[in-house]
Amino acid sequence: MSEISSDSPDPPENLTRRTFSQRLLLGITAVVGLLATVAFAIPFVGYLLGAARKIPVRWVNLGPIDDEKFPKDQTRLVTFDNPLGEKWDGMTAHTGVYVRNLGKDRGNRDQFRIFAVNCAHLGCPVSWFPQSGLFMCPCHGGVYYENGERASGPPPRGLFECVWRVRAGSLEVQAPHFPTLHNTLKDEG
Amino acid sequence: MAWLRYIGRWLDARLKVSESILPMLTHPIPRGAAGPMGWWYIFGSASLTLLIVQILTGIGLALVYVPSGGEAYESLLSLDYEQPLGWFLRALHYYAGSGMMVMVLLHMTQVFLHGAYKYPRELTWVVGVMLLLCTLGMFFTGQVLRWDPDAYWGLAVGGSMAGRVPLIGPWVVDLLLGGPIIGANTLSRFFTLHVFIIPGALLGLLAVHLWLVLKCGISSPPAPGEKVDPNTYHAEYEKELEKGVPFLGEAMIKDALVSALAVIVVVIIAALVGPKGPSGPPDPTLSGANPRPEWPFLWLFGLLSLSPPAAETFIMLVFPLLMIGALFAVPFVSNRGERAPSRRPVAVLSVILIATLLGILTYQGATSPWSPVMTAWSGDPVPVRIVEQSTPLELQGALVFQYKNCRNCHALDGVGGMKGPDLTAVGTRLTPGQLIDQVSNGTPGGGNMPAYGKQISPAEMTALVEFLTSLRPAGQPAARDAAAPALHGKSQ
Repeated sequence: MSEISSDSPDPPENLTRRTFSQRLLLGITAVVGLLATVAFAIPFVGYLLGAARKIPVRWVNLGPIDDEKFPKDQTRLVTFDNPLGEKWDGMTAHTGVYVRNLGKDRGNRDQFRIFAVNCAHLGCPVSWFPQSGLFMCPCHGGVYYENGERASGPPPRGLFECVWRVRAGSLEVQAPHFPTLHNTLKDEG
Repeated sequence: MAWLRYIGRWLDARLKVSESILPMLTHPIPRGAAGPMGWWYIFGSASLTLLIVQILTGIGLALVYVPSGGEAYESLLSLDYEQPLGWFLRALHYYAGSGMMVMVLLHMTQVFLHGAYKYPRELTWVVGVMLLLCTLGMFFTGQVLRWDPDAYWGLAVGGSMAGRVPLIGPWVVDLLLGGPIIGANTLSRFFTLHVFIIPGALLGLLAVHLWLVLKCGISSPPAPGEKVDPNTYHAEYEKELEKGVPFLGEAMIKDALVSALAVIVVVIIAALVGPKGPSGPPDPTLSGANPRPEWPFLWLFGLLSLSPPAAETFIMLVFPLLMIGALFAVPFVSNRGERAPSRRPVAVLSVILIATLLGILTYQGATSPWSPVMTAWSGDPVPVRIVEQSTPLELQGALVFQYKNCRNCHALDGVGGMKGPDLTAVGTRLTPGQLIDQVSNGTPGGGNMPAYGKQISPAEMTALVEFLTSLRPAGQPAARDAAAPALHGKSQ
């Protein structure tokens, strides 16, 4: 039997009860520690990523379709509070869309084109100029035609179009999220 | 006084300050750094002093500011107009922050010019670059908390840039905005970044930065011919420290003086200029948005706006990373050798070149001539001088020019948009045929000018071209087609 003193390191092959229990404790601590980390990290990271959850579909009533509100072949800015936000958004929830009444199609159904205000270049709000029939962006001078097509300037594409529908004689628009190049407002495939 | 000494001894017996922190503060530094050259060493401590001002004023503002999308604006107005000295604290927080940014940049330039980042202080530089990024991050997030149209549309620009990231773009946008729209969740997010996350990182990194200053020692002022060699550096530095002076003492007087002056300067500016914004309520349906980033970012804004659209995504997403990478690489690219600016022409020229470029781009960003003036068509009348002698058709053309919003991008007599060329003398440059082509088709290939072919009637076009042709300084002939028959002068 070899003598074991408390201050001499144990030879590895000579496991005493004490070193064994120490290693067991280390192993258990490692496993429990790992579990604790996972148990904390998964919900915590999940919470942080919650901001990227799927956007719900919310319809906004823009009002009854009549010549006063949506005159044919004219573009109107319609404002509403975006239901995609929070109750405490305040005035930042105010949203506008440009609505153009294209008249009736062959089946006598009203046709519209609705654009988000955000320029396709860097998201600034475009203004509609009925005199020249152009949308102009105040930031870098992106210009679009009345049909939303890019006319000039730095935008890489036309204006973002919103999804709309007619329900009970009223025009409804799908509440627009903040549109970006790879996340537009409707399926453009 | 004996009881004071007793309390001091009692505390020190437990805190052990005299055997831990005191030697740190009194450790010797090179004698040169305490001499006249010491004036170069003041920028770091001035940055630190202004950081302390920022922490104190920030805490003060947080007592009143409400980080809620619906109420932040009102709480800012309350700070500006109701809360006693709230306006002053807001102003001081802005100008001390600006001052800190300036001091950080000067500190970095000094360290670069004096080669103080070389062996063994590479890590000090690397951590310093991280501190610069934190300072920039504080500036960016702080602007958002001002929660006015600039903040809102600045977020739109930031979100649109993030949205260009390939594949994960939409996901990054949602994380940045905290939801599908710019609103309350976005503000809460930027408040958290500005008040918890970035300051936490900044203070942690600052501790490392200062620890490195203590452990690696302050570099001595550079002398031509004294080259840095990692093999002999420590021996030489130790030798220099033998006749060094204590850190806490003489060497710090200049720092203290400049720090105090810096505080006085920002206090005076804050008191005279007052708080910045908010420029208006954060209502995105109000027109007139033209967001501009805070001044440390104007150069990037200018560079971006002056670049061709094809290069934009690169400049937004890749170029900043390359710049940051280049800053991190500095002490590893040039790690030894001469430190004196007189022996490092490339370093000196780099500083001059970068400072000039940043200055010009910042000026461009501040004036942003590429932005149309959205109200020029109705707000800036055609100068009377131009139409004094005009025919009825030319007058009609002047109306078309204004009414079709041409003025938003084209100035007359220097008034109006600067996006396109000033047209005060366009009649000497373009013939009627060229004008019709330019107006109808715009810039070929969809450049800067839209095609007005379908936006303008033939009669309007005739009047417009007549007006534009008449835009010539007195006595100057109209532009003419080189293929047209020659003019016959009176001398023939």
